[in-house]
Amino acid sequence: MILLIDPGFRADSLPRDEFVSPVARIAERSGLEWKYRHYAAMDDAIPTDMEGVIICGTALKDNGFLACPDSFDWLHRTEIPVLGICAGMQVLCLTFGGSVKKGCEIGMTDVYVTAPHFLLPGVSSFQAYELHSHSCEPPPGWEILAVSDRCIQAIRDPLHPRFGLMFHPEVRNDRVVEVFLELCRA
Amino acid sequence: MREPMRLGVLCSGGKDSLFACYRAMQEEKVACLVTLFPENPESYMFHTPNLHLVPLQAEAAGLPLVSQKSRGVEDEELGDLSRALSVASDRHGIEGVVTGALMSVYQSSRIQQICSDLDLWCFNPLWYADPDIYMEQLFSEGFRVVVSGVFSAPFDASWLGRKLDRAALSELRGYVRDYRITLTGEGGEYETLVLDAPFFQKRIVIEDAKTTYQNYRGILDVKKAHLEER
Repeated sequence: MILLIDPGFRADSLPRDEFVSPVARIAERSGLEWKYRHYAAMDDAIPTDMEGVIICGTALKDNGFLACPDSFDWLHRTEIPVLGICAGMQVLCLTFGGSVKKGCEIGMTDVYVTAPHFLLPGVSSFQAYELHSHSCEPPPGWEILAVSDRCIQAIRDPLHPRFGLMFHPEVRNDRVVEVFLELCRA
Repeated sequence: MREPMRLGVLCSGGKDSLFACYRAMQEEKVACLVTLFPENPESYMFHTPNLHLVPLQAEAAGLPLVSQKSRGVEDEELGDLSRALSVASDRHGIEGVVTGALMSVYQSSRIQQICSDLDLWCFNPLWYADPDIYMEQLFSEGFRVVVSGVFSAPFDASWLGRKLDRAALSELRGYVRDYRITLTGEGGEYETLVLDAPFFQKRIVIEDAKTTYQNYRGILDVKKAHLEER
């Protein structure tokens, strides 16, 4: 079972359709069940029986989650794999000591792999869909896996299975999500 | 409790934009429809058959319509859309825009950029929706949709004006399997016209239409239509 976290401005609203549901469909295609949770409804710990967590993206102007870092304290207490997509990567950075600043990208962008990793396509660069108004500086000690001309695109925690992606893999890069889900099952 | 957001829906008259409108109405306040009327039938972004019926759809839905003419030239269209959304913002106080984009990164990215420039929210509630579930929802929620254009094999002339019902959907699924079209018409294989929707106060009745068809390409050109009680 995968936990899908919605960082949108309200539970079950329009951003869920656009940013959570496409990830849920990839999980279903991979044969995994999923559970939806809005970030403001998270308890201190994640529900039991979860094999992994994906913190999804949200709309370009939807940045309310950035003002609620305490809502993600539960991340400190989980050892299962976590993938943060766009807003989710921003959450990971803020939670573990990195930072977030203004930085907008919209549309298909070239992403350059700086440290090859099984999560990413096995090529030196690939095209990815971007939709973000903020970019990230990773937490201390985290490894940068890929960049675009504008900002850092993929990071990982070397000590725990935690990954951040600034691009949206659910659009034209499904395989990245599938590989993460395989990691969860392993 | 937060006030509902006032939204403008980009409307082409087809199933995707009007289903997106329906979904937006369930969560927020739809303040108006917004339509661009390109003079160029090869418009990259906005042309569909029977755009001239969008005002009738707006009337059926009881929604104001913001319309903007466009020469339909690729680079100019985005400026025309931006002007239309500015008018919608001034006239109807919209805070965001809703589109029926399904998978088109080309279209979606450009609209996202315009919304960002205008400081408007942008929502795409059908983005990467499951095609089978979405098409089933159209029927189960009470949309009445007809095919208004076909642009690919193996569609023949009998599809023009045909109601999209479960029998049609079954045939479309066969076409997906055998001809690799998209079930939703996302690849431009067919276009649709919505005659009735759950949020319409009246439904559209086609009185007179002319079909033209040749070599797997054809359109249903509605010459006369009116509203009647549902």
